[in-house]
Amino acid sequence: MRKNQVAVVGAAETTELGVIPNASQLQLHADAALNAIADAGLKLSDIDGFATAVETPQQVCHYLGIKPTWVDGTSVGGCSFMLHVRHAAAAIEAGLCKTVLITHAESGKSMIGKLPRSTPPDSLNGQFEAPYGVYGPPSMFPIPVLRFMKTYGITHEQLASVAVVQREWAAKNPRAMMKEPITVADVLNSRMIAYPFRLLQCCLVTDGGGALILTSADRARDFPRKPVYIMGTGESVETPMVSQMETFNSSRAFKTAGPLAFKEAGIAHRDVDHLMIYDAFAHLPLFGLGDLGFMPYEETGQFIADGNTRPGAKLPLNTNGGGLSYMHSGMYGMYALQESVRQMRGIAPAQVPNAKISVCHGVGGMFAASGTIVFTNER
Amino acid sequence: MAEPQRARPKPTPETQHFWDGTKAGELRLQRCDACAHVYFPPRPFCPSCASRKVSVFKASGKGFLYSYVINHRPAAPGFTPPYAIAVVELDEGPRMMSNIIDCPQTPEALELDMKLEVAFQELDDKITLPVFRPAKG
Repeated sequence: MRKNQVAVVGAAETTELGVIPNASQLQLHADAALNAIADAGLKLSDIDGFATAVETPQQVCHYLGIKPTWVDGTSVGGCSFMLHVRHAAAAIEAGLCKTVLITHAESGKSMIGKLPRSTPPDSLNGQFEAPYGVYGPPSMFPIPVLRFMKTYGITHEQLASVAVVQREWAAKNPRAMMKEPITVADVLNSRMIAYPFRLLQCCLVTDGGGALILTSADRARDFPRKPVYIMGTGESVETPMVSQMETFNSSRAFKTAGPLAFKEAGIAHRDVDHLMIYDAFAHLPLFGLGDLGFMPYEETGQFIADGNTRPGAKLPLNTNGGGLSYMHSGMYGMYALQESVRQMRGIAPAQVPNAKISVCHGVGGMFAASGTIVFTNER
Repeated sequence: MAEPQRARPKPTPETQHFWDGTKAGELRLQRCDACAHVYFPPRPFCPSCASRKVSVFKASGKGFLYSYVINHRPAAPGFTPPYAIAVVELDEGPRMMSNIIDCPQTPEALELDMKLEVAFQELDDKITLPVFRPAKG
């Protein structure tokens, strides 16, 4: 795909984030969509392309009253929205549609109108993982981390520092769920969830949503907001079973999607002003820094513990506070994308001064899938 | 109301040989007749070279502890926390999720790379699960 041919011209989260007891999951999709349409200065009838995950495109299109000529229901977990951005950019470039709306919403906390997640007993996960007591992401996602720690000499304190630094960013974000400062000791003394991870190393559980609107870069000039261009994209999947990853020392999906996006954008790591790495759990930023090639894996833990990703430091990472402190409705990728767009527009609550290139890297399932988007505000 | 039960596998045509094996006290893997790749979970073709000529064989049942978590909460139905959810790397190469029995469920006792051997845990008259215990000697 050619770089900078498609831009984000509308972006918004749901009116509220956190605990939203007065709206169903479907209504949260609509709330985010209407906010994004208003942000872009568009009418619903201007939307001719639509993408969403978990909920079907037909469900959300019907509810909103959208009549699309292009749809994408790719649903590979929390990074689905990165894949939607990539697919939408290709569709717009190919002339299949002009203006794409991507929505995400989850009643992750209040569980109103939320579709049930189940593992059928005759699926591979149902036969070869579920019988051993996996029960939700906290029991599965951290399974690789002890091996990763042993291979690279990563310490518990370094993994705790991920949560500490992200809380520093969250303190600057009025919409962040958790803003109180925490220390490494606080993290290591918080309630054990699934050893080696404790409560403060696991993501929040909240309600919310977000939506993006994309169109061609040529049309983007006529929109009220500063366009944010799609500079590079990548995607991949590996396995729905965490036990069957090729290795626990890295993620094959990360190592495929990330470098694809960097190559397409034609950027080097030193060009990155702002970075989002989907942090459902505290080890993901370490995998991301290594798999995206920012540094050797052995250095990732110390890099964060030394404060290199905190406010004012050289590699601002997860500047909304991340899934650990900002919000996490279950599929966090949309919120990472929203923060990258805010940073590129120059309107983020914890704005990185003069940021021109933002890399937004997502995970789906338990290292099952990955999507990476490189954004820029310069064409 | 009955207690929610531990998740029970339901075999498919492609996995039946594996579950027949555990019931008979054997851990069965598959090997590609064309390229010799050994793989898991079961399927009637080689995920490395796509050959449909594959054979089932009895694995050694030996391996080592590749990684794990000790789950505290929430506990799955049928489990009493804390319990380890482990990934075992078999001597033949494939890895599989399992539980570690005859061993304290603590970070001190569960040492990465410790040698393990398969054991069989009968869930009901249809399903016997392969689990692992620290290897003797």
